[in-house]
Amino acid sequence: MTSTIEPEVGKARRRKEDERLIAGRTRWTDNLTLPGMLHLAVLRSPFAHAKIVSIDTSEAKSAPGVIAVYTGKDLDPESAIGMPCAWPITPDMKAPRRPILASDTVNFAGEGVAVVVARTSAEAHDALEGIDVDYDELPVVLGLENALAEGAPLVHEELGTNQNALWVFDSAAAGTGSDVEDAIANSEVVLKRRFRQQRLVPAFMEPRACVVDPTGNQLVMWSATQVPHILKTMTAATLGIPEHKVRVIAPDVGGGFGGKIAVLPEEMMSTLIAQRLGKPVKWTESRSETMVAAHHGRDQIQDITVTANRDGTVTGLKVELLADMGAYLGLVGPGVPILGAFMFNAIYKFPAYHFACTNVFTNTTLTDAYRGAGRPEATFGIERIMDELAVELGMDPMEIREKNWIKHEEFPFTTVAGLTYDSGNYEAATAKAKELFDYDGLRREQRERREAGDPVQLGIGISTFTEMCGLAPSRVLGSLDYAAGGWEHAEIRVLPTGKIEVITGASAHGQGHETAWSQIVADKLGVPFEDIEVLHGDTQSSHKGMDTYGSRSLVVGGVAVVRAADKVLAKAKPIAAHMMECSEDDLEFDAGKFSVKGTDSSTSLQDIAWAVFSAHDLPDGIEPSLDSADTFDPENFSFPHGTHLCAAEVDTETGRVKLRSYVCVDDVGVVVNPLIVEGQVHGGLAQGIAQALFEEAVHDEGGTLTTGTFADYLLPSAADLPSFTTDRTETPSTTNPLGAKGVGEAGTIASTPAVVNAVVDAVRQFGVNDIEMPLTPMRVWHAIQHQSVAEGGLGSEAGGGLGSVDASGGAR
Amino acid sequence: MRITVTVDGTSYTDEVEPRTLLVHYLREQVGKVGTVVGCDTSNCGACTVHLDGHSVKSCSVLAVQADGCEVATIEGLARDGQLHPVQKAFHENHALQCGFCTPGMIMQSIDLLADNPDPDEKAVREGLEGNLCRCTGYQNIVRAVRDAAHQMRPGAGPEAERLASDTASRVGAGGE
Repeated sequence: MTSTIEPEVGKARRRKEDERLIAGRTRWTDNLTLPGMLHLAVLRSPFAHAKIVSIDTSEAKSAPGVIAVYTGKDLDPESAIGMPCAWPITPDMKAPRRPILASDTVNFAGEGVAVVVARTSAEAHDALEGIDVDYDELPVVLGLENALAEGAPLVHEELGTNQNALWVFDSAAAGTGSDVEDAIANSEVVLKRRFRQQRLVPAFMEPRACVVDPTGNQLVMWSATQVPHILKTMTAATLGIPEHKVRVIAPDVGGGFGGKIAVLPEEMMSTLIAQRLGKPVKWTESRSETMVAAHHGRDQIQDITVTANRDGTVTGLKVELLADMGAYLGLVGPGVPILGAFMFNAIYKFPAYHFACTNVFTNTTLTDAYRGAGRPEATFGIERIMDELAVELGMDPMEIREKNWIKHEEFPFTTVAGLTYDSGNYEAATAKAKELFDYDGLRREQRERREAGDPVQLGIGISTFTEMCGLAPSRVLGSLDYAAGGWEHAEIRVLPTGKIEVITGASAHGQGHETAWSQIVADKLGVPFEDIEVLHGDTQSSHKGMDTYGSRSLVVGGVAVVRAADKVLAKAKPIAAHMMECSEDDLEFDAGKFSVKGTDSSTSLQDIAWAVFSAHDLPDGIEPSLDSADTFDPENFSFPHGTHLCAAEVDTETGRVKLRSYVCVDDVGVVVNPLIVEGQVHGGLAQGIAQALFEEAVHDEGGTLTTGTFADYLLPSAADLPSFTTDRTETPSTTNPLGAKGVGEAGTIASTPAVVNAVVDAVRQFGVNDIEMPLTPMRVWHAIQHQSVAEGGLGSEAGGGLGSVDASGGAR
Repeated sequence: MRITVTVDGTSYTDEVEPRTLLVHYLREQVGKVGTVVGCDTSNCGACTVHLDGHSVKSCSVLAVQADGCEVATIEGLARDGQLHPVQKAFHENHALQCGFCTPGMIMQSIDLLADNPDPDEKAVREGLEGNLCRCTGYQNIVRAVRDAAHQMRPGAGPEAERLASDTASRVGAGGE
């Protein structure tokens, strides 16, 4: 039987979420006010490393409106509480205790040392000036190589080292490939390069906030978080509160990008204070606090060796990373660079692979997940070095990629890193992208400009990327020593009138789950899109979930919704048969109705819902409920891919980069809502391009973040970005019943190397083979003037190559 | 200090501290939490409202400077249940994701269109330079503003816009 109703999946539905958001009817955490609510303000250390000699809070305590002032010792006298890290990547990983407030030593500039509780936020902030902290400064450790150097001062004296962990994958040892050292010894070409991934600030637009109400039977916490379910469990585990006495609500959340995946010391602090005073409390940070206190992302030095034959066939890849953890370990911080281990080999058929990552402590804000988390770093490294290898071999950079990538007929393909890519078609995406981009025409123009000595040179950058997403398979996460699983939960409630409530454990903060989940359920149950309400982000209604990160919501959480809907239909079927006095075998379901085959007799899901509600005449042994739940744990990741092409014009006299065109063809599998997918790609591109051209978290030699406001940290505005040309190919994923792959991080992962490759391509004729990100006009101009090359770049310049530490803000 | 401010058509008389910023007055005393605070250096524009018809970053205006003025926020844009064309265009063009920058972005877009009823892409991008969005990459915002311009073309903007142009020459207040 064919349906006459147009399917919802695939339709560019306008979002349900918008109605409130465009009218200002929002529920940001900071909007909440509760009776008797008190306000918190945190005093933060101006020093990156210092002993706390004493803290005098007496003046602050007598300030107007102040109810209490607490230090770390007041809140945690036994120094027993430590913030959780859920990813001990090796058995011998060094994990320092991260206190709620520093009480003996501060380890980064911005770490909290005391908190004021007052009747208004203004009074709380005023009173901060009345707290007198006596610090004894300690030597500051900045820069990855400095921190590992013999005799370097230690961030955590008690650990005896600044090395957090060394994590190694080797294809020969794992049996997934041959020995990379043999490849290095025997290959015709061995190319080694060092690249730097600068430190970034996630810069979600809504600063973090939490409200804790201790007055009910359950302690209720509202938080601007991506992870309400994890936060609930971790609050219980960290503070020893019985888990069933905690309810966490993520109301409207203004962006996250990984930056709100954390469990915050401020959330624990607010909870302890609320419990102690018996009053609701609110903590809302200023943007300047966000910049120093919320975790940063990226910050790696990458030493990459690629080996190949003269014909362009790659033979081996060796990756040695240094990754900056900052002063402490975030919730998943140590695992972030490790996710890259599976992605450096990318879409290429390397027979031998070695990956080693050394995580390092420094006196800086901690790092953790930021959009892509480990995969943008890996994609940058491999896509940059493929370009450099092409130059070494005198090949077109696209040709060398084509020669080495997995052909579409070779899927499923098990990579040298041990993952099995289920599907893909790199040829199709690339062909489409080249056509939209006019690849050959732009190459021609590039030649002409070079020959004419045009002061504005043109460069073309390629990024043929893939990523693993849908974090996910619990067994895989377990094998990587991650503390939790990766399943997702969904429930469908069929209300008496036939309206539907969908409950999801994913926790949207801008993604559009309410719209996409409604589309999925509308198709599955044949109910109107408008008749579906999606509930999320409150552990009371959505009691079970793993939340939103790692492009997992649709491919894990959306699949749980599909499976729950199947269970609803399975429960409805015997009731429909009973109502129509027929055999279940004679029934078929379409467009919201069970029909008796070959007749015009039918009954709608709505009729069944009412029959279930009244429950007067159900078949024997059938429970009066259609409500169904599912918890889905996939067996594999999904692997979106795509081809991104960037044309950059570089003014060789000023170093200014202008993006002339940006074309991307992404393959994210089956698309539920093309409008939402396109929006995700746009935003992802903006963030990846911003890493290439604009953004960097810079510390001075004392460890002070000099890019600590939006006046100093260059978040691109509308005027700084071009319009993008986006398109798709559609190779369904075979790892989930939707055929979807996930799109949240693709744009960010792919775009950074495309832009850098384009700029380097534009100025390569001046003897340039690398420019450190961000590619500011000054850096580009300097590179042209001084023939900057990657080898020996880091570590030789002023400041000692301190990772993202650069007192001059890049003005070398 | 005592001030009287008309916010979204309703007059309020309140005691405020001299240092109170307009955005804090709106959020904490008037309850207009649709207008939000995204930074503390007046870079992000999330707090943009109209003060006597002109867009201002309400974090850069003292509440006392708004004494005797009319303030329009995102919450007062709809008329008789009808969304403003710019609100509608943001929805139609998927010009928002998390929605945190949206109130400011919409208020600034309306101001931009009052100045230039038919902006090209460059004019829109430059006109929104003071409003940051981390989700959308701006492309759909630009599309929405130009779409709204198209929708509003035949008969000028609604009431709020006419107020804007009428009072534009009269008032020099604001924090820009």
